[in-house]
Amino acid sequence: MDLERTPLPGIGLQHVFTTARGRRVGVVSHRDGRRDLVIYRRDDPDSASEAVVLNPEEANALAELLGAARIVERLAELHRQVEGLVSEQIPIMAGSAYDGRSLGDTRTRTRTGASIVAVVRDREVIASPRPDFVFRAGDVVVAVGTAEGTSAVAAILADG
Amino acid sequence: MHGSVMLIELGAIILCLGLLGAVSVRFSISPIPLYLLAGLAFGQGGILPLATSDQFISAGAEIGVILLLFTLGLEYTAGELVGTLRSSAVGGLIDLVLNAAPGVIAALVLGWGPVAAVAMGGVTYVTSSGITAKVLGDLGWLGNRETPAVLSLLVFEDLTMAVYLPILTALLAGAGLVSGSITLAVSALTIGVILLVALRFGWAVERFVASPSDEVVLLKVLGLTVLVAGVAQKLQVSAAVGAFLVGIALSGPLAHTARELLSPLRDLFAAVFFVFFGLHTNPGDLPPVAGIAALLAVAGIGTKLLTGWIAAARLGTATTGRLRAGAALIPRGEFNIVIAGLAVAAGVNPRLGPLAAAYVLILAVAGPLLARAAEPLARRLRRRDVKVP
Repeated sequence: MDLERTPLPGIGLQHVFTTARGRRVGVVSHRDGRRDLVIYRRDDPDSASEAVVLNPEEANALAELLGAARIVERLAELHRQVEGLVSEQIPIMAGSAYDGRSLGDTRTRTRTGASIVAVVRDREVIASPRPDFVFRAGDVVVAVGTAEGTSAVAAILADG
Repeated sequence: MHGSVMLIELGAIILCLGLLGAVSVRFSISPIPLYLLAGLAFGQGGILPLATSDQFISAGAEIGVILLLFTLGLEYTAGELVGTLRSSAVGGLIDLVLNAAPGVIAALVLGWGPVAAVAMGGVTYVTSSGITAKVLGDLGWLGNRETPAVLSLLVFEDLTMAVYLPILTALLAGAGLVSGSITLAVSALTIGVILLVALRFGWAVERFVASPSDEVVLLKVLGLTVLVAGVAQKLQVSAAVGAFLVGIALSGPLAHTARELLSPLRDLFAAVFFVFFGLHTNPGDLPPVAGIAALLAVAGIGTKLLTGWIAAARLGTATTGRLRAGAALIPRGEFNIVIAGLAVAAGVNPRLGPLAAAYVLILAVAGPLLARAAEPLARRLRRRDVKVP
């Protein structure tokens, strides 16, 4: 895909590309954050048939709508690429052997081959916790690995 | 009571301008011709001549010109200006030659002399970047392929003004060859120094001006601009150019803040400036020059259409885009009046003021209307092409 970028002196920037099906679409970025979404005429690629003025908030909303779908697609693609890889969410129960002990103590990676990639605590995601991270009852551990690996992690976290 | 009369007059004028502005918003036209008409009505020989507020109006008009040029400079960064000079020098020169010619020729044919010819060339040359930018936005043309060419031409014209205004100022001052060249050398040096500061030390200016308080920024920016404009005036560079260069020196978020803070002031004083110009034009002087103004306007429409056509064609645009580019460039407005104002103040031919006023009145109104007609016209041209293969 070819993205043409043209400066518009005094106004901002213009980005235009042609879709695979032959429609020209552009965005005029104003310096004050306003965005114009421009759709060009089918019979005259020089002329805008539609110019939709978006304020910064609307432009962000549109970008998220267009971008979010892309992220889901890319995740699905990643899953296809790494066949056999699963992720499991394992809660730390009160009375678990590791309630109050550190991630390093579990030695899950050496013992099961699965990795703990994140911990959810109080609705907050702690990505890539370090070995000195101390678990607490109520944490939810996200483990990634083979199916056997992640169940082994669950067993360790429950019974030590 | 002298003071109360002045306040009443001033209030009435500004209220009247507000009402005219509302009319211009309602019909989506430029308010400039309406302000000029208001000035004509209030001035000598008008329907309601003013008695006392002239002094305030004339000082306000000077500040109006300074703020007009300053906010124009804010629109561009120094980098953009240099880039435009490189990329659109040819189109810009074609624009200059084609559009200054009618004014120069008219002044020479009328026997007004070479100085008036230079001033009239400026009057017919410059497109109103304010009106044109509004037309582009209103008609949804910003995304069109020819628009970068139109905008580059506007930037080139504004840069040309930075060179042209000092030359005009020197000529109007009646300088001889030697003292004239000294003045020009001084002004070239001044412009060079300010541009150098803008390009290399813009950050220092910004650090000096920046403040979390809007009030402080407003006062510092306004003070700095008027001060530099005054110094430039003293050095015969013309106050307007000094203000323009200060605008260029400011960029980034600070330029954005400054634009927001100073726009209301600019709107007020620019309106005062147009009224001031109208005030000093006797409506009785308009009919004798109306014929010449109409001829110049027709020539001005033709030369701008041709300029836009050539510039858009260089970008590889088809007929529709070329017509649109030409039509977008037709409006004349603020700077044509600024140039004429300088010439009138210096006492060049007394008919120059009314002629410029009539010319701008015609083209500020006709320009946006012709722009709306550009696309239907292009469609008819295309259909005829199809019918007659």
